[in-house]
Amino acid sequence: MARHVIAPVDELPPGTRKFLEIEGRPIAVFNIKGEYFGLMNRCPHQGAALCEGPLIGLAQSSNPGEIEYTKLGEIIRCPWHGWEFDIRTGQSYCDPRRFRVKAYPAHVEPGASVVKGPYVAETVTVKVESDYVVVEL
Amino acid sequence: MNIQFRESPEAASHPTTKTAIADCDIHPARATRTELYPYLAKRWQHHLEVYGVHAYQGMMEGPPYPKAQPNASRRDAYPPEGGPQGSSLSFMQKQLLDPNNVQLGVLNPLNTGQGIRNHDLSAALCSAINDWQIDKWTSKDKRLKASIVVGNEDGLAAAAEIRERAGDKNFVQVLLLSRNVEPLGQRRYWPIYQAAEEAGLPVGVHAFGFGGNPITPSGWPSYYIEEMVGHSQCQQSALASLVLEGVFERFPKLKMVMIEAGFGWAPSLAWRLDKVWQRLRSEVPDVKRPPSEYIREQVWWTTQPMEDPERREDLFDVINWIGWDRLLFATDYPHWDYDEPSRVLPAGVSEANRAAFYLDNAKKLYGIA
Repeated sequence: MARHVIAPVDELPPGTRKFLEIEGRPIAVFNIKGEYFGLMNRCPHQGAALCEGPLIGLAQSSNPGEIEYTKLGEIIRCPWHGWEFDIRTGQSYCDPRRFRVKAYPAHVEPGASVVKGPYVAETVTVKVESDYVVVEL
Repeated sequence: MNIQFRESPEAASHPTTKTAIADCDIHPARATRTELYPYLAKRWQHHLEVYGVHAYQGMMEGPPYPKAQPNASRRDAYPPEGGPQGSSLSFMQKQLLDPNNVQLGVLNPLNTGQGIRNHDLSAALCSAINDWQIDKWTSKDKRLKASIVVGNEDGLAAAAEIRERAGDKNFVQVLLLSRNVEPLGQRRYWPIYQAAEEAGLPVGVHAFGFGGNPITPSGWPSYYIEEMVGHSQCQQSALASLVLEGVFERFPKLKMVMIEAGFGWAPSLAWRLDKVWQRLRSEVPDVKRPPSEYIREQVWWTTQPMEDPERREDLFDVINWIGWDRLLFATDYPHWDYDEPSRVLPAGVSEANRAAFYLDNAKKLYGIA
């Protein structure tokens, strides 16, 4: 488990996502209303760049005719076949028993603790006085 | 919705089939509304501006439903230079042809001049789209081959278009859609089959189209899912009609390709046809042999959207009935239900059958050396 510095916080404002390759793996990090999420950017179904898709809600029905639409903006929908995954857990809603997308913890760390390490900051210059988005792989 | 407009990443960053493949269903699009004008007589340009296009269907603003993704296409297929998905040759090369080592790509333009009530306009648009396919696509990339798009409801005009293009190596098949005014075996369409047989060109029948009939046999459905499933129903009635009207008997060298409507239903349709034909043969004396024989001898099937049963043995059973020499791999690029070449065929297939499935059958059918 290594902690990778993704970007200074102001470069990843709410509603944006950043795509990058870490240790040979395609990763996307999202900022959703100030919460950060890391996800493998590869759909387990046929390999599309999953995180190119839109963030939607989850339509479910506990009784016929009653529809709940929840988790607004927290469900990623694959840009190819529309498979839905929970951005918090990587759970599939199409075939949860066979498929899951890898989710990685992401959060903000103050520059001071990043400088102390151990963090991987290959492309980001770290300053003590700034905050950084970090993802754990 | 938060679609991000940003430079698409290198497509298919994951490794795919390294061996060469054929892709027998690619959809090229026009970049602009007027891109066909250079290929249309002034008269038709003016006609389009004044009267527009009227298909054999209400709802003039396009297909009957919004499709599951914008333009029914992959969200990563927007060309970087703008325009709709499928409208850029360079991006198609970068996203589809190069990374997947596509050696033969068959173009099937949709929403062209087919299913249009003004038959002269239909013929003019089809001829234009055929010229456009050469100019914009096949002359610029030798891997790509075009389909002769024909005005399907006017058999004689369609036959004339086929004869005009016969022998032109840019074209490898004639293209029809599955929804027509009448079932495809009817006499109005026979000139198409006659001309295609003469030219030695297979006739592809691609899902969709405008025929003026509800898009399922039981009427207009509520959901897009029902339309997607309905393509196979539509294709089944088209194929039954072709068999029972004696089209295969009358044109024994004719080859038909069922495009984008599945193939899992082929055995069950053939069994049912055979059974009923045994009992009711006197109604159709033209049909001299069991329907299954015509289907097995004269019909090919594209794979996308690939059947995906829980047990791979079930898939293999179906393919064994159809014949490993009859399937043609297809992606449906750039549409959203695209099939990824490296992911569609389960393990446990012999090297010879894999080669047939991905490339050899297509090269043989379409006459590519």
